[in-house]
Amino acid sequence: MGGDQEKSIIEKFLEENVLFLGPDPAIMEDHRVVPTTPREQIALDNFSNPDEINLVRHKLQTACNESFDMVEQMGAAPGAKWGDLISGVWTANGDLALASMGGVLIFSVLTQHPVKFILKYWKDDPTVGLKDGDIFMHNDARYGNIHNTDQSLMIPVFHQGELICFTGAIVHEGENGAIEPGGMPSAAESPYDEGLKMSPIKVGENFEFKRDIMTFLQNSVREPKLQLEGMKSKFFAAMRMKARVEDAIAEYGVDAVLATMRKTLTDTEAEVRRRLRTWPDGKVRTNVFADGTLRENCLIRIRLEMEKLDDELILDFRGSSPEFLNRPNNTVLASLKGMLAQEFLSFVWPDLPRNQAVFAPMTVLTDKRSALHCSPEAPNAQSMMTFFPSFTCVQIGVPKYLYSAGHRATDIIAGWYNMIVTFLYGGVNQYGELVGNVCADLNGMGGAARWNRDGEHSLAPIFAPMADIGEQELIEEEIPLIKIVPHRLMRDAEGFGKFRGGHGYQQIATMKDSSMWGFMCCSIGSKFPTTYGIFGGYAPGTLPLCKVKGVNVFEVMENTRDLLRFTIPEIMNERPFKGATYSTHHMGLQLEFSKPGELYMITQGGGGGYGDVLERDPALVSKDYLDELISMRSARTVYHVVLDEKSGAVDVAATEQARKAERENRKRRGKPYREFLKEWETPEPPRTVPFYGSWKDKALIYRGTPDDTCPADAIVPIIMPNPKDVRIAALEAELATLRTQQR
Amino acid sequence: MSTKRVAITEYLEIDLEKERWHCRSCGHDIAAARANYKEGLLVYNRDPREVHHPVLDESYPFTYAPDPNWCRIIEFYCPTCGTMIENEYLPPGHPITHDIELDIDKLKARHLGAEGTSNATG
Repeated sequence: MGGDQEKSIIEKFLEENVLFLGPDPAIMEDHRVVPTTPREQIALDNFSNPDEINLVRHKLQTACNESFDMVEQMGAAPGAKWGDLISGVWTANGDLALASMGGVLIFSVLTQHPVKFILKYWKDDPTVGLKDGDIFMHNDARYGNIHNTDQSLMIPVFHQGELICFTGAIVHEGENGAIEPGGMPSAAESPYDEGLKMSPIKVGENFEFKRDIMTFLQNSVREPKLQLEGMKSKFFAAMRMKARVEDAIAEYGVDAVLATMRKTLTDTEAEVRRRLRTWPDGKVRTNVFADGTLRENCLIRIRLEMEKLDDELILDFRGSSPEFLNRPNNTVLASLKGMLAQEFLSFVWPDLPRNQAVFAPMTVLTDKRSALHCSPEAPNAQSMMTFFPSFTCVQIGVPKYLYSAGHRATDIIAGWYNMIVTFLYGGVNQYGELVGNVCADLNGMGGAARWNRDGEHSLAPIFAPMADIGEQELIEEEIPLIKIVPHRLMRDAEGFGKFRGGHGYQQIATMKDSSMWGFMCCSIGSKFPTTYGIFGGYAPGTLPLCKVKGVNVFEVMENTRDLLRFTIPEIMNERPFKGATYSTHHMGLQLEFSKPGELYMITQGGGGGYGDVLERDPALVSKDYLDELISMRSARTVYHVVLDEKSGAVDVAATEQARKAERENRKRRGKPYREFLKEWETPEPPRTVPFYGSWKDKALIYRGTPDDTCPADAIVPIIMPNPKDVRIAALEAELATLRTQQR
Repeated sequence: MSTKRVAITEYLEIDLEKERWHCRSCGHDIAAARANYKEGLLVYNRDPREVHHPVLDESYPFTYAPDPNWCRIIEFYCPTCGTMIENEYLPPGHPITHDIELDIDKLKARHLGAEGTSNATG
């Protein structure tokens, strides 16, 4: 037998005997649109009238929006109710051609992977197949999507036996049977702590769910009713879209639908390339430092070098932090791309159709096994902790291209607040049911300052331009989580600037009437801000988790109302409840069971500022002071505006004098660049701060100390010690010292 | 001779013919357009607590103010007018970011009319 023939037999054997169809890098690492197929070309040749294509596009777009509304109205998950979803139409090749205008637009660029997996592996597999009436689902982020708490459902649409498209929806469902309730376990130390792991799977045939699979899925999570209801609402939405596609086929013909989907993708990509050509060519660099893993504080460098070349944009994240093998803050590359696309879909070109072609002209470069391109062995339930900062890298860099680009589709904008400051919860509700999910007030992130005006307060999350924060009264009807103070804005939380960022609100939560109830939090940014200003504007400040334990505020409210305080600073600084314990922490809280009336307090973040604080209109500073957005101290020492403490009136002459003096102070204290560098720059990270990522040379990665490095092209993943072990070791060392001193 | 200047940020512009960065507030000649504009500015290492004041009693480990041992604000000022042109939040000792490095030849071609694309929209 010849060598070639032997090789061929071995290859054939291996192809036919794949042990496990894991995530396919060929699908997962390619975000480009599939080239036009011969069938699509025939459709384009037959149906080319732009006006008619526009009509069909609007019909399909309306179908997406309609089904979005259906899921939002029918869904039981808090995420569904408050808009944490999209619905869409995928081509017969698996590309997302159109998606709902509202909702979580990250999904627009990372829902194609499971559809492409179905087409590549299941369509022709005799044990699975693809036929009319099939229902597929998926939730494992390693096969697409953001994290396992999101569940997608897709159905194929056939016309006279020909596969035309897929319709479906993706929803942040919440509870998924992970090591912690609520679906986003910050305690996960491996992918197998993250709950349900649905690779793309057929869950129904003949337009009906298979009862055995449904039961298996329900049996795998803490909220079986939610699992059923979530699947049903997504399925009905997909069916409604399918009906609308069939209407369009009946009215305009099948070629019209095929041509419209294809042309929407190709036109979108062409328009993005046209707009990119108007940006100046060159490089823009940014750095963001994530300050923790949610289990411990450390500095995780996200390094970005953008290069714009004609009609392409290269996003080079090489030199960023290595992956953390036993922490869930790692990002699957496809999820990273989805989040980066959000910058262009929401903030730069919101007028473009929502589809994956928006990101097609971009190239993303990463180091393999970095925190932004993690391996399948690394957990990713809290990927937001690295992909949100990556988004911010892009967001604060893009204005340096856009400013000179001439006409723009949107405003120049600073860094939007970028963390999910809210409570996750788990336990038994007032009806005796086991529940676990997340509160929707994570959606109230503070808006960034713009080139011509201040940022809006608590406006929208960075990943969804239209999402609600929920009604507290409705939430209290379902779960025993009580907010004892309305959402009051936090003073001085803005990014200061010529135009300031919007503020975030305080969240003071407690529990009532439950035998078992726990809180979790999952944000970073307690030591180092997570988002930034631009063009001299400042970042917003940092944010702690505050707790008051050993008190039942419901008893206090009944008997000693004079002890009540209504802001976090008042509660924490005045310590009104005798015998209670007051403490502050970083915002990574793993499930902690609480007693009724104990307080857990966090603050939604503000947006970054724009421009020099000395250029802020003193009248606006006065207004912010009167509105209690800023303190007198900030007015005086940050903005250098002299106000009357009672009336807030601006002393114009004194302000001019103060600002002139500050400009002179700056010139006096500032040092020439070269001189400054000699004092400032160090050859390696400080020993006192655990630092992960490159320092000066992007090819050399630091692994927590200056002595521990690896090459960027051969990253050694990080394994962190258990924070409790670290704490025990510190206490034992302290004890040993005290014992030595006693002797 | 034309002194065509293109605004690149709120406070920075490039004189295309002289190939120089300038302050947009006062016109100060900062640096060569092909170099890092920060090299021509004054720089200050600021304790972040001066800007983001601790809101809570400083006996708490977290106070709403960045940790000055982890985070510093590096401020860049125009040497003539004192405008804060840019700032960076960096860990102590971290290399300064060369944030804008434009292709000056292409910028000149676009804005001085050689390629005539300056009216395109974006």
